[in-house]
Amino acid sequence: MKKLAIFLVAALLLPFALCGCANKAENTLNVFNWGEYIDDEILDVNRAFEEATGIKVNYKTFDSNESMYTLISTGAADYDVIFPSDYMVGKMIDEGLLAELNFDNIPNYQYIDEKYRNMLYDPENRYSVPYMWGTVGIFYNTKYVSREEVESQGWGILWNKKYKDKIYMFDNPRDAFAVAEAYLGYSLNTTNEGEIRAAYDKLIEQKDLLQGYYMDQIFQKMINEEGWIAPYYAGDGSVMMDPEEGNTDIAFYAPPGTNMFVDAMCVLKSSDMKAEAEAYINFLCSTDAALANTEYIGYSTPHTEAHKKLDPEWASDPMYYPDADFLKTTEVFLTLPDKTNKLMNELWIKLKIH
Amino acid sequence: MKWLSRVYNGIIFLFLYLPIVVLVIFSFNDSKNRARWDGFTLDWYKDLFQNELILESLKVTLTVAVLAALVATVIGTAAAVGIHGMNQRLKRTFLFVNNIPMVSPEIVSGVALMLMFVFIYRATGLLRPGFATLLIAHITFCIPYVVLQVMPKLRQMNRHMYEAALDLGCSPVSAFVRVVMPEIMPGVVTGALMAFTISLDDFVISYFNSGSTAQTLSVTIYSMTKKPITPEINALSTLMFGAVLLLLLLVNLGQIRDGAQKAKSARR
Repeated sequence: MKKLAIFLVAALLLPFALCGCANKAENTLNVFNWGEYIDDEILDVNRAFEEATGIKVNYKTFDSNESMYTLISTGAADYDVIFPSDYMVGKMIDEGLLAELNFDNIPNYQYIDEKYRNMLYDPENRYSVPYMWGTVGIFYNTKYVSREEVESQGWGILWNKKYKDKIYMFDNPRDAFAVAEAYLGYSLNTTNEGEIRAAYDKLIEQKDLLQGYYMDQIFQKMINEEGWIAPYYAGDGSVMMDPEEGNTDIAFYAPPGTNMFVDAMCVLKSSDMKAEAEAYINFLCSTDAALANTEYIGYSTPHTEAHKKLDPEWASDPMYYPDADFLKTTEVFLTLPDKTNKLMNELWIKLKIH
Repeated sequence: MKWLSRVYNGIIFLFLYLPIVVLVIFSFNDSKNRARWDGFTLDWYKDLFQNELILESLKVTLTVAVLAALVATVIGTAAAVGIHGMNQRLKRTFLFVNNIPMVSPEIVSGVALMLMFVFIYRATGLLRPGFATLLIAHITFCIPYVVLQVMPKLRQMNRHMYEAALDLGCSPVSAFVRVVMPEIMPGVVTGALMAFTISLDDFVISYFNSGSTAQTLSVTIYSMTKKPITPEINALSTLMFGAVLLLLLLVNLGQIRDGAQKAKSARR
């Protein structure tokens, strides 16, 4: 019996002996980014960084700001560099999760366009470096919906009864409410309960006209002309309107007052590799890496030099790089108070089961 | 009436396998578009083997699945043997406790395990969330399935065989190894296979317990939805489906041959 017991215990402990070495290796930087949100074909940014600095990158991906926040704030995952969006940067600053950056270690910050510095979520720009940005607008199929109609009606086209069952809508509360709020002319960061309830009533009104609430399925559905109108992120036009894989009949229009989003790079306060993390951010702000990333991802870059080197047709396309006057009308998401978030989430659930 | 049952069966299998067939077909499609066939290609398979993120997650997934299946099988079998030896009331209590993790929602187990690991790590500095916590979590939710597979085999076994082996001079260990184990082996193998596939399948629990160093395939694929999913995933799923199918075939063929041999020797 003793032999068997020893064998069993040994068998049970073996895997843990094995995984002991799989645990955090020295000089490895843990990076947490959105899925498919870094170039791994043109320059292969992570490999290039490893070769340039000798720091190993342990690169993992998340699917939404909220799920990333859950893992970080509970302590279930300890990363060094993360890529939250605007409002999540604000929230994480408020909660003391982010480390102040030492910009002496990020000399390439000089290339980041003034326009994207000191954004409202990080007013003195102490915690974050912009990575990618873009606007939200309306994708529509010119075969069925005319340009004049979209441009004259703006957000109203998403409420047009003529296109019943051919319209899509964001499948997340913040973006969906923002569209309704923009349509009603409210601030996208409103905390006024009456305005949020009015937006909710608009969304209820719209629900009958929708083919459905979708996120990434919108690509296939729009390309295959199952639906004709969808609000989505401008940068994804590079996929939807691609001459080979996409559909060239699709066009884009961003009504003034739309949402502008910024995905930023931040270092966590809990990181014990702050200098290396800043080196990583600096590397991503190098012209080569920024260019490779914007070409691979399709979103707009805040990097002045990368923007200059981009294919001119792309770099001057107002869809990806709208002019300064237009950008002034846009609004960046800010962190909403808990009370507002709660109300919005409750109304969202009510909307979905309505 | 017979044709009706055939049609009914056909429909059931169609529903079960049509999605997989579509997935396999489109892994060879020379276009990212899922509504258009642009010709045959193996490019996605080539791309797949160059995608480090996917390959690394695959390695984590497979390592965890194999180790979790092994450990859970050992613990689960031992637990089943122990529970089998208990009196009725105790047995019922333990089986009931064993069933709770299986019927409770995965998200509850996932979050509960995560909170426990975080608590342990904060309090003692041990078990940094990562591969070890992922493995423990997987072992934990695999054990009940193994117990459930082994219990019926123990029940079917003639109680007196073990005692007879002892009477004939076996030590308890060798009686267990030579008499009990062969009897319950089919249950142990099915239990191990089930543990393996359930571990392979898991998303929710892995999501909360993988820390920053180990990401399973399901979590990686889920995070790719910011852009349309590339057919690389079709290619990967095709390969995994093929591998699991092969494994099941081998095990089933093995069991059929074993059964035939036993029947033959019994006749003699």
